[in-house]
Amino acid sequence: MSKKRSRNIFIAICVSPAVILFTLFMVLPTIEVFRMSLYNWGGFSKTKEFVGFNNFKLLWNDMNFIQSFQNSVLLIVLVAIITIIFAVFFAAVLTKEKVVGGNFFRVIFYIPNILSIVVIAGIFSAVYDAKSGLLNSVFGVLKLDTFKQMWLGNQDIIIYSIAGALIWQAIGYYMVMYMSSMASIPESYYEAASLEGAGKFKQFTSITLPLIWNNIRTTLTFYIISTINLSFLLVKAMTGGGPDGSTEVFLSYMYSQAYGNSTYGYGMAIGVVVFTFSFALAAIVSRITKRDVLEY
Amino acid sequence: MKKSKGMRTETLYKIFIYVTLIALVITILIPVAWVFLASIKENKEFYGSPWTLPDGFYFQNFVEAFVDAKMGDYLLNSVIVTGLSLLILLVVALPSAYVLSRFEFRGRSLLNSFVKAGLFINVSYIAVPIFLMLLDWDSVLKVMFGDGMLLNNRFILATIYASTALPFTIFLLSSYFQTLPSDFEEAASIDGAGYYKTMISIMFPIAMPSIVIVILFNFLLFWNEYILALTLMPGDNKTLPVGLLNLMAAERAAVNYGPMYAGMVIVMLPTLILYILVQKRLTQGMTVGGVKG
Repeated sequence: MSKKRSRNIFIAICVSPAVILFTLFMVLPTIEVFRMSLYNWGGFSKTKEFVGFNNFKLLWNDMNFIQSFQNSVLLIVLVAIITIIFAVFFAAVLTKEKVVGGNFFRVIFYIPNILSIVVIAGIFSAVYDAKSGLLNSVFGVLKLDTFKQMWLGNQDIIIYSIAGALIWQAIGYYMVMYMSSMASIPESYYEAASLEGAGKFKQFTSITLPLIWNNIRTTLTFYIISTINLSFLLVKAMTGGGPDGSTEVFLSYMYSQAYGNSTYGYGMAIGVVVFTFSFALAAIVSRITKRDVLEY
Repeated sequence: MKKSKGMRTETLYKIFIYVTLIALVITILIPVAWVFLASIKENKEFYGSPWTLPDGFYFQNFVEAFVDAKMGDYLLNSVIVTGLSLLILLVVALPSAYVLSRFEFRGRSLLNSFVKAGLFINVSYIAVPIFLMLLDWDSVLKVMFGDGMLLNNRFILATIYASTALPFTIFLLSSYFQTLPSDFEEAASIDGAGYYKTMISIMFPIAMPSIVIVILFNFLLFWNEYILALTLMPGDNKTLPVGLLNLMAAERAAVNYGPMYAGMVIVMLPTLILYILVQKRLTQGMTVGGVKG
């Protein structure tokens, strides 16, 4: 009996600090997001008024929110598609071709992933600068002056400039993920295929791609969650949502409403919508990309 | 004839591969290297072509960043906060991961699913509610002690960092503990070692490889984090990334670029050095966890 008791005490001592911290700083704030979205609460005043779903109704007609919605969806789609193409290509090259210095390439490609998003914002401000930016001066040297752009000033293209920075940051990370799942495909499959005369491209589409498909599907959820998060962090550090709201994304709008504008209830309603949207999108994407899992 | 044509396409294919690989290396390395070079340029060198090499080593940029922009103080703050967070995280996460993966008890599967659900909670959503919560508790403390102390508090920030990293860390550590055979505990029990001794002096040392991975990942996470630090530390105790944000805004307004790039170097140099030292472990360990913030 006392043995059992000391075992239970041991378990309680080990688990409770984690449970307490997790509840205090993860569970409670998450519940607060949902609860506060039902209140009209303007800033530091103590008056909270229960308004039901009124915040959500307001959102429906808020053009700024709709703009941020469009920007976020555009970024998610662009970043996911382009990053997958590059990451899968480079992963296939580095695992299947006997590239000289393969390890060197892998190490370099991963570098953007270890940089602070604030540093990345600084780097891309230098790259995109209209007058003395790296990108425009490269075009200048190549005599391609027509390609020169106000990368961060032109409202029509700035969102693509943001996408570029996000893709630059993401390729290496996902490449390493795909590499590890490609490395576990038995070499004999490729030998058999090449004996039957299948070319490299055919081998890729009928062996590599089907066998890493599940891995790609998993990463689709990552793309959704991390693009929503990282686009906020990057936009906040780089453009602040401007010029004129043209780079406002989901969470940057939420943050500026909740923290900057002190309309907490409204900000949290945005959070709830984004949270629900990202889960629904992840579920839909996961459903429509479902294929029979190939075993090997 | 046919064979030589095959050889030709093979060579072209190889060339294509190396061109793309090197193109990506250039797009990654050039901007990063450029920041390093820009950090030692004098302000007048920023007019004209961005491709000129620095005239000399203009160290004044770093002095300005460290002293005038207080990046030195912020560096110290970042070191303290990151160190404290890692310490709290390990002390809290290790025992719970061990127990959750190797003991049968009531509520275990509930706790495990809590951990998994926690992986989906993003710091960006809950930064403002955490701020409001601390503000609330502070006002209670003010009534009781006459002073609030939860905002602008490095220890609180470190505790919150550790808390937000708990799901990922427990998930990663438990999946490692699960792979170990139960012989270890049985042998320890025969030798008369109690639960605590078994855990601390036998199981934790065995888990060292995954502990190292946990430290590496969370170091990068805590060192680079800025949205919580920005929200919860509005006072003077800023961390490096928040300090860099201010520095970037200030220097851009003042058209004084050198110190700004010096600040960027100060923020990224520690992570780059660490990465070069341990890159193999990091990219291998990533496949164990497979979670991105």
